[in-house]
Amino acid sequence: MKQKLVLVGNGMAGIRALEELFKHNTSGEAGSDLYDITVIGAEPHPNYNRIMLSPVLAGEKTIDEIILNSREWYTENNITLLTGDPAVEISRVKKSVITESGKTLAYDRLLIATGSNPFIIPVPGADKEGVLGFRDIHDVDRMIDAAKHHGKAVVIGGGLLGLEAANGLMKQGMAVTVVHLLDALMERQLDKPASALLKASLEQRGMKFLMEAQTAEITGDKRVSGVKFADGSQIDADLVVMAVGIVPNIELAQQAGIYCERGIVVNDTMQTYDPIIYAVGECVQHRKQCYGLVAPLFEQAKVAANHLAQVGSTRYIGSLISTKLKVTGIDLFSAGEFNEQEGDEVLQLQDVASGVYKKLVIRDNVIKGAVLYGETMDGTWYFSLMRDATSIKDFRKTVLFGQHDLGDAGHGDETRVMALPNDAEICGCNGVSKGDIVEAISKNGLFTLEEVRAHTKASSSCGSCTGLVEAILASTVGEGYEATPSKKAICGCTDLGHDEVIDAIRIHELKTMQEVRHFLEWKTPDGCAVCRPALNYYLLTRWPEDYQDDAQSRFINERVHGNIQKDGSYSVIPRIFGGQTSAEQLMALGKIAEKWMVPTVKFTGGQRIDMIGLSKEQLPGIWGDLADAGFVSGHAYGKALRTVKTCVGSEWCRFGTQDSTRLGIMLEEDTWGSWMPHKFKLAVSGCPRNCAEATIKDIGVVCVDSGYEIHVGGNGGIKVRVTDLLCKVKTEAEVREYCGAFIQKYREEAHYGERSAPWVERVGLSSIKQAIVEDAESRKAFYARFKISQKAVQIDPWKARAEGKAAHEFTPLKIAG
Amino acid sequence: MNNWIEVVALEDIPQLGSRVINTDTMKIALFRTAKDEVFAIKDACPHKQGPLSQGIVHGNSVTCPMHNWKIDLASGQALAPDEGCTNVFAVKVKNGMVYIDLAVAAAA
Ligand code: SRM
Ligand SMILES: Cc1cc2nc3c(=O)[nH]c(=O)nc-3n(C[C@H](O)[C@H](O)[C@H](O)COP(=O)(O)OP(=O)(O)OC[C@H]3O[C@@H](n4cnc5c(N)ncnc54)[C@H](O)[C@@H]3O)c2cc1C
Ligand code: SF4
Ligand code: FES
Repeated sequence: MKQKLVLVGNGMAGIRALEELFKHNTSGEAGSDLYDITVIGAEPHPNYNRIMLSPVLAGEKTIDEIILNSREWYTENNITLLTGDPAVEISRVKKSVITESGKTLAYDRLLIATGSNPFIIPVPGADKEGVLGFRDIHDVDRMIDAAKHHGKAVVIGGGLLGLEAANGLMKQGMAVTVVHLLDALMERQLDKPASALLKASLEQRGMKFLMEAQTAEITGDKRVSGVKFADGSQIDADLVVMAVGIVPNIELAQQAGIYCERGIVVNDTMQTYDPIIYAVGECVQHRKQCYGLVAPLFEQAKVAANHLAQVGSTRYIGSLISTKLKVTGIDLFSAGEFNEQEGDEVLQLQDVASGVYKKLVIRDNVIKGAVLYGETMDGTWYFSLMRDATSIKDFRKTVLFGQHDLGDAGHGDETRVMALPNDAEICGCNGVSKGDIVEAISKNGLFTLEEVRAHTKASSSCGSCTGLVEAILASTVGEGYEATPSKKAICGCTDLGHDEVIDAIRIHELKTMQEVRHFLEWKTPDGCAVCRPALNYYLLTRWPEDYQDDAQSRFINERVHGNIQKDGSYSVIPRIFGGQTSAEQLMALGKIAEKWMVPTVKFTGGQRIDMIGLSKEQLPGIWGDLADAGFVSGHAYGKALRTVKTCVGSEWCRFGTQDSTRLGIMLEEDTWGSWMPHKFKLAVSGCPRNCAEATIKDIGVVCVDSGYEIHVGGNGGIKVRVTDLLCKVKTEAEVREYCGAFIQKYREEAHYGERSAPWVERVGLSSIKQAIVEDAESRKAFYARFKISQKAVQIDPWKARAEGKAAHEFTPLKIAG
Repeated sequence: MNNWIEVVALEDIPQLGSRVINTDTMKIALFRTAKDEVFAIKDACPHKQGPLSQGIVHGNSVTCPMHNWKIDLASGQALAPDEGCTNVFAVKVKNGMVYIDLAVAAAA
């Protein structure tokens, strides 16, 4: 027998909670396997995207385009939907809800998501015809209708909502005056200079402003005819929109005796003082805070749903929020504490001619707030730095110029999404255009990067366009876009992030995948293709001597030790230590390639030889031959040590300062076989001419006359990043120790799937220098652990399989038919 | 009437793993889940014919190794929001042996 769940409030937060609840359904059917659900909605519509009312008012979207859940959705998910029939009473004794039309609905669990009401300033005349709030479809209908018959509109309130309303009414052909109590617009999101820029550009579009004006009375007979101010002045108006703020809609809860302050007070699991009654959304007050944007509401919805589904122990701990104004053509971003306090530092950039203003508020090297005007590309980046409390010490000089210095594979300035035409290709891997993405977002009501990836495939392959896709998302849905959630879960199987899992494995000595999933309350019985490889890796690095590697949790390439090709065949790249080979080796490779009739033999970009196009069944055989000739696997398929590139160095080169080839070979001998969070590449150049391109490798050693420079955190690939200099040392032995220690720190602390470049940026070079360079004891400890873990892995996986290991992988079954 | 053909011992398929069956006309992927359920589907992803047998198995689905579509093993259907379907074959386990019926199940 299913329990009864009643939702009061058919809006964005409530329905999102149901959607989250349905994700826990394991029965394979639609809807919830735990509850019979009834939704009570005051509005006559199914759930729609309220934040899109602004574009609807501006004539850029239609109502149909902003419906998030059609009536069919409710039917498919077995939800009983009452529309246009508000709940008027909750009886906690009888555990039932009564609606206006007289229906009584019993509940076992109740979810209140009644949103908020526009605040109507209590001045004389505020109840006249033609005075509106800006909250729902009904308000928008009335505004559009007024625009057809009347000419002059006054919007009271120069905040986000007021400006969007004013912009929309202007687009509908009305002459609009915005009345604001203070001397600066959007004072809750913007500092004075940004606010002035905004005002100027809105004025340019024809918007008028009355600043520091206090509304005293709405004049007129039945319908409004003007607005009077405290100083006695007056203006004409046929329509007045009050957008001065919102009040959590708590009336129903209050009447039922549920404890409320400004909003309905809830705990970290979104329960009210009556534990079978939950509340989410704008009607809620959590840790003294009420929110008026959707991103935090979605987080709340998820927590409430988890709790309703009786899984997980996630808690809502409050949200950091950012803001964007949805007025087409104006780029504005704001987050956090944008007005500095005493002792804070401010980084500021003002380019009047191009209308760009940027300000970052810094406290103890951490970004506390950001205001961007004119150029908001980097808003999401600043927001994530702020949220992760990343120290900006190491890149303070460039932080204001944004993230792209060398990155974005050279696209640089082209990446200003707003200016891009609809047919601009955003995702080069999957051929997805800006228009495709915008359409998918609007059509399917998408809010997160993950959802856009799933629907369009954009940014789901190499990821280089992620920033662009996020920017499109942000500009399409405004700040409703769930800017990289406040904590990034590994995957849908858990709400925990990488660090929490790494810590739990260490602290609670979890030693098997089952233990981890059980202890951390995974939502799926055996994880998925995203978390399983990560867990396998974390266990392997934490317990190198105990943990048994799980082949079924490795991506195919690593499971069978070869790169899968588009036709299902495989490639074989043996290790050529330091890129130095010999006549004997080359002849052996030649013979083997000939014997196995390898379709393509190619030099790789990593100074070695690729034999491409072998069938899976051939692999053990060719590997056996390679092992006999002295080759080991090159791990070209793995999140592992890949290549160590070298140049000729002092042995032959007239400029060489040290024997870079020999050092490269030594380093490769030290490190081959090691599993990493992501692929890992080294290079050693014999002098600063740097022919081995060492300064775009994970570790690059550049030999100089007096010794060796060790550079770290470089990346070729998708987003070019030049290494940072870690330190300079005198001997080869020191190079080996520092490199081993750096690798081990990366192995233990980086997130699975995170290359050394983003890792260094995330944790900061200073902290790595501290652990590897300044603190000799710590360095030696890392190095010692590296050597221990290497003992277990320097066994050639190819030879083992040639000798019969995992034979089932390479032997197909055969039947006639 | 089913026409059962014996293929392999259950224990010779790794848990959360697969074996490939070559028939005269095609490759079939034979999966074993954590709960020892066995499924057989055509070894070709509805997206671009990727070899599903080489993917990672979880629950009753497999993630294609090529572009990460998820395919439901019981129905051969791609999980939303992707769309598409591959052939499913009837299988059963008896006395530790796996049997398959090569008649393609009615399209799911
Ligand atoms: C074989 C090789 C191309 C070649 O013919 O030269 C190659 C082939 C592949 N590279 Fe690469 N990369 C090869 C050198 C490089 C280099 C050059 C280098 O190492 O000096 C780079 C840029 C340097 C760098 O990594 O910083 C490079 C940057 C990438 C990237 C982007 C990584 C990044 O962090 O930005 C990927 C995608 C990924 O790893 O997610 C990638 C992925 C791939 C994959 C594995 C794609 C895949 O997932 O299937 C390709 C496999 C092809 C295949 O079908 O076998 N390959 N790849 C090179 C093998 C080198 C070797 O000896 O092992
Ligand atoms: C014009 C506009 C633009 C916005 N732009 C943005 C933006 O860019 N970014 C952003 O993050 N946020 C924006 N917001 C805010 C965002 O829309 C809200 O934060 C969000 O909709 C709140 O969700 P909710 O479920 O709490 O409330 P709502 O979506 O308001 O849903 C509450 C529902 O409950 C119903 N209800 C109330 N009382 C009862 C009752 N007694 N019985 C039955 N039903 C009842 C209401 O009619 C309503 O349908 C905007 C809001 C507006 C109005
Ligand atoms: S080898 Fe590298 S660059 Fe070439 S197509 Fe494959 S992934 Fe792209
Ligand atoms: S071929 Fe399977 S996902 Fe593309």
